[in-house]
Amino acid sequence: MAILVNAATRVVVQGITGREGRARARLMREYGTAVVAGCTPGRGGETVDRIPVYDTVREAAEAHGRFDASVVFVPAPLVKDAALEAVAAAIPLVVLVGDRVPVWDVLEIARAAERAGVSFLGPNTLGVLSVGEGVLGMIGGRAESARAWFRRGPVGVASRSGGMTSSTGYYLSRAGVGLSTLVHVGGDGIVGLPLPEVVRLFQGDPETSCVALFGEIGGSQEERVAEMITRGEVSKPVVAFIGGRAATTGVRFSHAGAIVEGGRGTHEGKVAALRAAGATVVESFEALPAAVAAVLEG
Amino acid sequence: MARLSESQGKRVLAAAGVAIPRGELARTPAEAAAIAQRLAVAAVVKGQAWTTGRAGLGLIRHAASPEEAERAAAAILAVRIAGFPVTEVLVEERVAVAAERYAGIVLDDRRRRPMLVVSSRGGTGIEETARAHPEAVSELALDPVEGLAQHAARELWRRVGVHGEEQRGLADACVRLAGVARAVDARAAEINPLVRTTGGGVMALDCRITVDDAAVFRHPELGIEVARELGHPPTPLERVAWDVERNDYRGTFYFLQMREGFARGQRVVAFHGAGGGGSMMGMDALAKHGFAVANFCDTSGNPPASKVYRAARILLSQPGVDGYFGTGSGVASQEQFHSARGLVKAFLEEPLAVPAVVRLGGNGEEKAIAILTGYTRSLGVSVECYGKDTSVDACAARLAELIASSGQPAARPARAVAKAAARPYRFATPTGEITYDHAVCADCASKACVAACVPQILTLDPEGLPVLNVTPEEAARGRCSECLACEVDCRALGAGGGRVHLPIAGLPEYRAARGME
Repeated sequence: MAILVNAATRVVVQGITGREGRARARLMREYGTAVVAGCTPGRGGETVDRIPVYDTVREAAEAHGRFDASVVFVPAPLVKDAALEAVAAAIPLVVLVGDRVPVWDVLEIARAAERAGVSFLGPNTLGVLSVGEGVLGMIGGRAESARAWFRRGPVGVASRSGGMTSSTGYYLSRAGVGLSTLVHVGGDGIVGLPLPEVVRLFQGDPETSCVALFGEIGGSQEERVAEMITRGEVSKPVVAFIGGRAATTGVRFSHAGAIVEGGRGTHEGKVAALRAAGATVVESFEALPAAVAAVLEG
Repeated sequence: MARLSESQGKRVLAAAGVAIPRGELARTPAEAAAIAQRLAVAAVVKGQAWTTGRAGLGLIRHAASPEEAERAAAAILAVRIAGFPVTEVLVEERVAVAAERYAGIVLDDRRRRPMLVVSSRGGTGIEETARAHPEAVSELALDPVEGLAQHAARELWRRVGVHGEEQRGLADACVRLAGVARAVDARAAEINPLVRTTGGGVMALDCRITVDDAAVFRHPELGIEVARELGHPPTPLERVAWDVERNDYRGTFYFLQMREGFARGQRVVAFHGAGGGGSMMGMDALAKHGFAVANFCDTSGNPPASKVYRAARILLSQPGVDGYFGTGSGVASQEQFHSARGLVKAFLEEPLAVPAVVRLGGNGEEKAIAILTGYTRSLGVSVECYGKDTSVDACAARLAELIASSGQPAARPARAVAKAAARPYRFATPTGEITYDHAVCADCASKACVAACVPQILTLDPEGLPVLNVTPEEAARGRCSECLACEVDCRALGAGGGRVHLPIAGLPEYRAARGME
């Protein structure tokens, strides 16, 4: 099972002829993902590692049938148009890898996605990986690393930091705790599938029995997870670490979403909300694997 | 910085048709007096600083005459906010206020919509008002494409008890505010207070607009110098760093100074993160071990070694640090040896005189560790490097041990002066220039540069000297990836004839002015 991506997921890569698109299409394929086609405006007819390239997403869909996901590797100023193209083609999941996408562009993408009834992950996401099934984006960097780092099992990982998504997965695996799916929701303040939505998907996934969260300061995602637990919408145990305890108010620490403003989104506030809802919050990241293992045995 | 000052924000509002008081900016008391003279009415002198509670800090003063305006400006221009001087005052006509209201556009991460928030009680902060007088606050989710309709804005003001002509005026101001927020890519745009004057008109007496850092490229008209939310006006070193970032799209380099004016022995370290989450964890780990960070820095998104090098040079241009600490997430998808090479070049050139602990975990970490520790032995200070199986906490603890045992700061080591090349072979890289001194290369047995070159654009000519096997134009356009492998391996294994020159605009002047050269 797992969530968002599995061995059957059929993928189109937008921006496949670029440096990142080309390299990551190879990673995805080598990990077992069905990368069916690519799209770069003006480059239709070419191939990238034997993957056919089309001028438009619809043209690719007409040639290859249904896509389950599009992964978008285009520079930030072009992300809006690429994302709207995928939404217009009714692709159910659009993964926006690009960093520094203007937030009003994200609002427009969100509006279009809502109207079309499709989801998007990111922007500024490393993507999603279901262990042994497939990867959308660039988690792991190399397929052989992704295979070596992550072992399969019952824990879903959801993180606001890309690097920490891999880290969380690796340290859990090293401690003997296996993983279903790893999701990086994206580092921006406004994202398509935030932590609460990912937790909701894990709640509905029979393979997942516990969720490990890497949260950080800023925004309301962790608080919303706490609200869902309190409302009884999440019965699976949630174990969390929140980064940014030492961060200063009013300063943005590289992730666009990582800023404390007007007393909202603080480290203490998030820890308190999750604990009050009954989630386990560990004080140090190193303590996360043991805490997850304890919950699984519990 | 991506925050507009009050006067900048008001100019944007006025251009969109929102009424604002007459006024001008002054940088000296004399200018303030002259503006008050021209206004010819009672004035308000307002220090332009991004902080709340300006009145309480003495940054807003009334002036009945040009002389009073001059004195008020002198007092305000002497104030420092969080260590930074106030450099401008806005001198405006004093407006007779009948009622203070509030209007703001914020972006809601829950609904993924812009929200218009209004209150019939302006003046104080909106959070406070919402707590104390919830009935006086109302909000509306806007469509990011269609914007705000006049009727919806009027209905919103009706809900907080504003009626008649004022309701119409406030609604109109809100429609214009919503348009401004969209037009300048604002993450937040607030008018507080938005007032009804005794004359019956609606006017914006203050304005705070924050522009989305990621959209600053679309707004040259706003004149934003540093598209970073720093919490203070950009420092000279932050400007140097921003210049590096602005001119190199490969990967991301984020730098902000957290403190200045510290000295050796005060447990302040230079901090070099990779990736937002890992960086924050690194800072948390340092704090736990009693360190303060001189700066925050993040080089991520697969930057070339040259960008990591420039970041490290900038970090090391903060005198008084006791150590250098680097860490990413620990399990990075990117190949870590690129960063290792950038650090080696920076450490050797500086030369580094304090202990360094760098955690380069992830793909290629074994090679990264070998490069960073193996190639820096000549420095005479400890440079330790760890991979994914050493926790960030253990790395911070290790730095504490190294600093404790390094004793009295040694005299600043002399920098090796590069000799002019006798037989230079030069070509441009995307952001710099590579020189091989073929007089030196002739005696090199290793030819390590050719073997190390990651994009394989070097070859040996018939004389056995390194030259390009692509055109110089191709190298400059990006075939040379600035991986720095040729120089780093040449220093360690070769005869030392190769150098990559990577200028950092403004840094030599910055260092010279502070006695660091």
